[in-house]
Amino acid sequence: MSIVRPYGDTTGDGMVQLSFTLPIPHDKRAEGAAIQLANKMGMDPALLVHAKPMGDGFTFFVVYGKVSHLVDTEKVQIVERDFPLLSAKEVNAVIKRKLRRRLNVVGACIGTDAHTVGIDAILNLKGIAGEKGLEYYAELSVTNMGAQVSVPELVETAREQKADAVLVSQVVTQRDAHLHNTRAMSAAFREALPAGKRPLLIVGGPRFDELMTADLGVDRIFTRGTTPREVASYLVHALIGSKA
Amino acid sequence: MAGKLDLDPRIVARARALAVRAGQPVVDIARSHTTVSVERAVLRLAGVHGADSDGIPWVNRLVDAVRADVGLGHGVAVPVFHAAAATGVDDLTVLAQKAAAGAVRFDVPEKKAEVTAARRRAKKSAADGLKIVDRRRAERDRLIKRYGDPQQRPWIYLIVATGDIYEDIPQAQAAARAGADVIAVIRSTGQSLLDYVPEGATREGFAGTYATQENFRLMRAALDVTSKELGRYIRLTNYASGLCMPEMAALAGMERLDMMLNDSMYGILFRDINPIRTFVDQRFSRQVHARAGIIINTGEDNYLTTADAVDAAHTVTVSQLLNEFFAHEAGLADWQLGLGHAFEINPDLPESFRMELAHALLAREIFPDAPLKWMPPTKHMTGDVFRGNLLDGFFNLVGALTGQGILLVGMMTEAVVTPWISDRDIALQNVRYVLNGAGNLHEDFVPAPGGFIRNRANQVLGEAIELLERIVDDTLMEAIADGTFGLMKRPATRGKGLDGVAKQDADYYNPVTEALEA
Repeated sequence: MSIVRPYGDTTGDGMVQLSFTLPIPHDKRAEGAAIQLANKMGMDPALLVHAKPMGDGFTFFVVYGKVSHLVDTEKVQIVERDFPLLSAKEVNAVIKRKLRRRLNVVGACIGTDAHTVGIDAILNLKGIAGEKGLEYYAELSVTNMGAQVSVPELVETAREQKADAVLVSQVVTQRDAHLHNTRAMSAAFREALPAGKRPLLIVGGPRFDELMTADLGVDRIFTRGTTPREVASYLVHALIGSKA
Repeated sequence: MAGKLDLDPRIVARARALAVRAGQPVVDIARSHTTVSVERAVLRLAGVHGADSDGIPWVNRLVDAVRADVGLGHGVAVPVFHAAAATGVDDLTVLAQKAAAGAVRFDVPEKKAEVTAARRRAKKSAADGLKIVDRRRAERDRLIKRYGDPQQRPWIYLIVATGDIYEDIPQAQAAARAGADVIAVIRSTGQSLLDYVPEGATREGFAGTYATQENFRLMRAALDVTSKELGRYIRLTNYASGLCMPEMAALAGMERLDMMLNDSMYGILFRDINPIRTFVDQRFSRQVHARAGIIINTGEDNYLTTADAVDAAHTVTVSQLLNEFFAHEAGLADWQLGLGHAFEINPDLPESFRMELAHALLAREIFPDAPLKWMPPTKHMTGDVFRGNLLDGFFNLVGALTGQGILLVGMMTEAVVTPWISDRDIALQNVRYVLNGAGNLHEDFVPAPGGFIRNRANQVLGEAIELLERIVDDTLMEAIADGTFGLMKRPATRGKGLDGVAKQDADYYNPVTEALEA
């Protein structure tokens, strides 16, 4: 069956629930406004089941109602990540089984950029948005060099640590500093190490374009909203090949 | 409510004695070292304020200049006050500006009389700074007397975090009107690793608002207005953690913050800050908090987000005992110890709620006079907001049944979004219902002798003692290096901020420590 509607308690009833807040005090007009919003969202009839004033001039609403929209599951388009998202446990297991040693990661903010927010969110145990950083992964050995690291220092540390992957974070974009720094970094690695010995080069930052990998000479670009788990999953995918 | 678990007082006393033995060597290290941030805190109390055009505070510039000339081992007080007298510049902020321009050289005077004179002037300046802290404390006492404390325990603790102090203020005031007793302003991500305190009112942060002296002042003033309006003193919380822990404590004391997050090991384990740096900064900051009448909140809840909340329950007890020892050693009284713990057991486990009750009651009975800080579920909040709201209700019930002091309000949208206005409202409704509905149920709640809760509590205490024995044998520094806590390995020779640590020379002088230990 490719055509479906929401299900409340009877096939085809199209019932949904919705809650939201409007920035107006609670009165009859506010309730009418809530129903109007629900109608515009396609709920008809819309049944206002709960309205409660909150703080100064806000009202919270819960609305139940019927939507007439049909959903065609055949026409759903999915943007596939080109690597599977693994749990920390799975990441550790794959490394243990297939690499048979810890996977070495070196991270840094390069150039004059002192914003370690990004690299710390990905690497520090603390992590971000409730997800632990890469330090939490028992099978990853993480070296976080912190801020304002020079490219030669980074290359040297990557060599010392036998890095499998190098993570570079760039937040500052003044005069395209993030692009210049990244190109300088990838060039230095190309110069210092032969192709087979070069670590996987990954950059991250809120203002990168994910499609610029070839231009910047890196293997992968991560942008806004990336979580440690995605990075760990990518590392496993790119360096070891996924699961199985 | 002592005695519900039938804990053997000799075993509890043994656990405390072990914590003292484990902690004492660390205190010895803290007493024999100083850090750039301790010295900067001394200068802040001595009146140095403001920042250069790049936003680097003058205290940083001055400490760096002294350090370049004579090192940190003597303390900055004598070289700074000697230079002030020698150059005739009385205002230390002006001295810092001259020093930054290379116009002042620092040295430790050779003549004994000059050292004595410099110490005397340093002592006076430090005393002036501490007088501000004392006045703020007296002011708090007066306001609490005038407006009153919350009527119920636990106090209701709510977080705001917009990144913009001018957006935080109305949110904090609205939260207080909706029932919050304590407002915490979350710091911007990454501030803990800055080796300076930003200046001024700030309007952009990452997932939080920068902690600055001006932001402290603005928020405290706004909450004073709200306290008056509500007839209830609203407490303000921030963070004395990270690389600037001592300075944060000093600024909090001078701006009348009421609580500070101030864990003894959090920065080491979760921020990879050097252990010695942390313990030195920790001791100084706690001495300041003791003087300022600030309640500290410790961070044991964090262990349970990385390790399993059942297997690692005893690490919470061990850390609470260590935090208590370090706090007492620094002069904090029991009423100032908001020792942390959390509701983080996997709700799918059988008897999970019973174990939560056992763990919470254990903390309550080991630390009968501390206002324990009870932290809501985060790890098992999945995005199913309906289930999350139920879990938060059970969390609130444990808080009511076990006499917790401070209850951080759990959000059903944890791990989904930063709380919406409606999330906060629903969460507070949940807290009010449970506290009101349960009322004094704790009076009737006495776990059965020989029953599950008593056994579990005694088991956790036993495991805590075993771990403490291992730590005493190993030394705490080694235990931290080995990954005993929160699974992280942190050797004393590594970590951020190590280059800001110095051993005290024989002539080390710190007028603030001297006054605080007097």
